[in-house]
Amino acid sequence: MTGATMVHALNQALGDAMAADPAVHLLGEDIGTLGGVFRVTDGLAGRFGGDRVTDTPVAESGILGMAVGMAMYGLRPVVEMQFDAFAYPAFEQLASHVAKMRNRTRGALPMPITIRIPYGGGIGGVEHHSDSSEAYYAHTPGLLVVAPATVADAYGLLRAAIEADDPVVFLEPKVLYWAKGQWDPAAPVPPLGRAAVRRRGTSASLVTYGPMLPVCLAAADSARQSGWDLEVVELRSLVPFDDETVAESVRRTGRAVVVHEASGFAGFGAEVAARIGERCFHYLEAPVLRVTGFDVPYPPPLLEHHHRPGVERILAAVARLQWESEWREPAR
Amino acid sequence: MTGHPLLPTDAPVSLLDTAETAIDGELAVELYRRMVLARRFNRQATALTLQGRLSVYPSSAGQEAVAAAVTLALAEEDWLFPTYRDTAAVVLRGVDPVQAVTLLRGDWHHGWDPGAHRVAPLATPLATQTAHAVGLAHAAALAGDDLAVLALIGDGGTSEGDFHEAVNLAAVFRSPVVFLVQNNGYAISVPLSRQSAAPSLAHKGIGYGVPGVLVDGNDALAVHRVVDEALTRARRGGGPSLIEARTYRIDPHTNADDATRYRADEEVAEARRRDPLPRLERHLRERGLLDDATVRAASVAAEALAAVLRDRLADEPRPDPADLFTHVYATTPPHVAEQRRVLTGEAGR
Ligand SMILES: Cc1ncc(C[n+]2csc(CCOP(=O)(O)OP(=O)(O)O)c2C)c(N)n1
Ligand SMILES: [Mg+2]
Repeated sequence: MTGATMVHALNQALGDAMAADPAVHLLGEDIGTLGGVFRVTDGLAGRFGGDRVTDTPVAESGILGMAVGMAMYGLRPVVEMQFDAFAYPAFEQLASHVAKMRNRTRGALPMPITIRIPYGGGIGGVEHHSDSSEAYYAHTPGLLVVAPATVADAYGLLRAAIEADDPVVFLEPKVLYWAKGQWDPAAPVPPLGRAAVRRRGTSASLVTYGPMLPVCLAAADSARQSGWDLEVVELRSLVPFDDETVAESVRRTGRAVVVHEASGFAGFGAEVAARIGERCFHYLEAPVLRVTGFDVPYPPPLLEHHHRPGVERILAAVARLQWESEWREPAR
Repeated sequence: MTGHPLLPTDAPVSLLDTAETAIDGELAVELYRRMVLARRFNRQATALTLQGRLSVYPSSAGQEAVAAAVTLALAEEDWLFPTYRDTAAVVLRGVDPVQAVTLLRGDWHHGWDPGAHRVAPLATPLATQTAHAVGLAHAAALAGDDLAVLALIGDGGTSEGDFHEAVNLAAVFRSPVVFLVQNNGYAISVPLSRQSAAPSLAHKGIGYGVPGVLVDGNDALAVHRVVDEALTRARRGGGPSLIEARTYRIDPHTNADDATRYRADEEVAEARRRDPLPRLERHLRERGLLDDATVRAASVAAEALAAVLRDRLADEPRPDPADLFTHVYATTPPHVAEQRRVLTGEAGR
C-alpha cells in the first residue's frame, strides 16, 4: 500500500501506466517542466523525457486533434486539460471525432484516449475554473466518463481509463486533490462501470459521485441524529452506468436522493433518477429527489459555498422523502 | 490590399536609447506617470493577495509600458478588450480600481459598466476576446462610427484557434481592430520557444494579409508610436494590424505560481535590468524632460491610488447570494426563481 494525496495517486498512476506501456504519451499545457498547475504530472517529464510528456502550445482543440492522430498511429495519448472550462475549445474534436471515430470506421480506428480534466469547484477559483461539465460528456455517445472520489480510485480508475480501448473523459474533483488516502499499485486494475456502496444503510440511498462523496458521507453521519440510516452509493463511472448496484440499493431502502455539484436542470442526476424510476418503481416509497448546484453560472469564490450542495440541503431533501407513509403502512 | 508593409522589421521598433530626437516631452512624461501608477497598482494588488483580500492577481509588473502606451493612444470613443493580465491598463483607462478587481477579489465575475469606459470584461478563456473585438469593430464600422478597437492578448494566446480566426475575420472585413500581443516570454511555465516557431509573433499577420509590427515592449514611447499609428489607420478605414510588443513578465504567472520551477533567477535579474520604468525615467532625465518635482508628484499619485484600492477594498459590502439568480436570464424562468426562494429561505434561517 502507498499513501499520500489524490494528486500523488494520479501521478503514480500516470507513471506506472507509462512504464507498463510505451504507447502511453502525455500531452498538455504546462505538464512538463512545471509538472502541471496541480502538479499531477510532476517529475514525469524528467523520468520519461519530453517526447512522452509534452508541453504543448496553448491550443486545446489542436492538442485533442493531435491525440486523435496519435491514436490512429497506435499510441495511447493521455491529454490534460488545464481546467474544466478550458476544455471547451476542444469540444469539436471531442464530439465530432474522438467520440465518433470508432463508429465511423466500424471499429477500424479506435480512440484509446484519456482526457484528464480537473473539474468542479470548492477551491475558490475565479470564473471558468470551477465548472462541472460532465453532462455534456455523458450525453455524447462514444465517450466513457469516469470520476474518482477516493484516493485509491484515483489510482485504479486512471489506470483503467488509460487501458480502456474507448476514449475516457476522466474528471478529477479539484476539491479532493489534496485529500489523503491509500492505494495499492499491485492490485488488479479495476473494471470501469462499477459503482460502490460506500456506506451501508437502510433508510434511503444517497447516489452521488466525484466531489460530493465526502459531503454525502458527512450527511449520512449527521442523519443518524434524525433517526435515518442512510446508504451512500458512489457511481465512480457515469458511463458506463452501474444500474445493478444502484437499483439493488434503492430496492432495499425504497428511497433515493441523487446528489451532484453540477447544475440540476438537464443534469446527470436526471439520468440517474430516470434509471432508478424505470427499475425500482414498485419499490419506491417516494419520488427520487435531486440535490444539485443551482441553475446559475458557477458563482464567484465568495459565493460558491451557497451553490455547492452541503449536508443541510441533503438532509432537507431526505426529510422530504414522504416518511409519513411509514406510519400509514400498517393501515394499508 | 492595404499598401502597408505586411512583414515586421527584424529589429523591434525602438525609440529609447536611440538617436531619435523627435520626442514629445509632455507625452513622454504622461507615459511615465501612467507607468508609475500601473507599477504601484501591480505591487498593491499583489500585496492584497498575500493578505487574502484578493483571491488571485495576475501581475503585469514589467509590462507597464504597454498599459501606459495603449491607454494613452486610445481615444475616448475607442474600445479596449483586455485579458486577465490587464487590470492595470483597465485602471489607467479610467475604470474605478475597486471595480477593476472585482473578478480577482471573487465577489463577482466583473465589476464595471463596459459601455461607460468602453472596456470589455477581462477575458480569461484565452484569445476569445479577439473575436469579440472584431465583432464590435465590425458593428461600429457598419454604423459609420469612426472608432478603433484594441484587443490585448498574450504570446501563449496566439496559439489558440480563436486568435487566428479573429485576425482573419478582421482582415476580410477590414475591421478597425488593433491586435496587440504582449509577448512577455511565457505562457505560465511554457517559454515562447515552445509556443511558436515563427520568426516573430508579428509575422503571424502576413498569412491573413494583416500588417505586422514588432516593437520593443519595454519602450513606452515606441509602443505608443506604433499603437497610435495603427489605431489612426484603423479609424481611417485602413484595416486591422497586429503588433507584437516584446516585454517580460517579472512576477510569477499569478501569486499562486512558483516561477522558480521553470525559469532561472538570473533570467529575471537580467529582465529587471531592462525594466521599462527606470529605463524611461533615465531617458527622460538625461534629456531634461523629467525633474524631481514631477517624479515626486507621480509617486504621490501612485500612493493615493494604492491607498484607494487598500481602503475601499476593506469597506466594500459582501455580495448578496440572491444576486446569483438575478442576471442569469432577462426573464428569470420559474425553476430558477424557485431556487432563489430556496436559497433566500436557507439564509433567513
Ligand atoms: C482556453 C484557455 N486555455 C487555458 C487557459 C489557462 N491559462 C491561463 S493563462 C495561460 C497562459 C497564457 O499565456 P499568455 O497568453 O502568454 O498570457 P500571459 O499569462 O503570459 O499574460 C493559460 C494556459 C485559459 N485561461 N484559457
Ligand atoms: Mg505570456
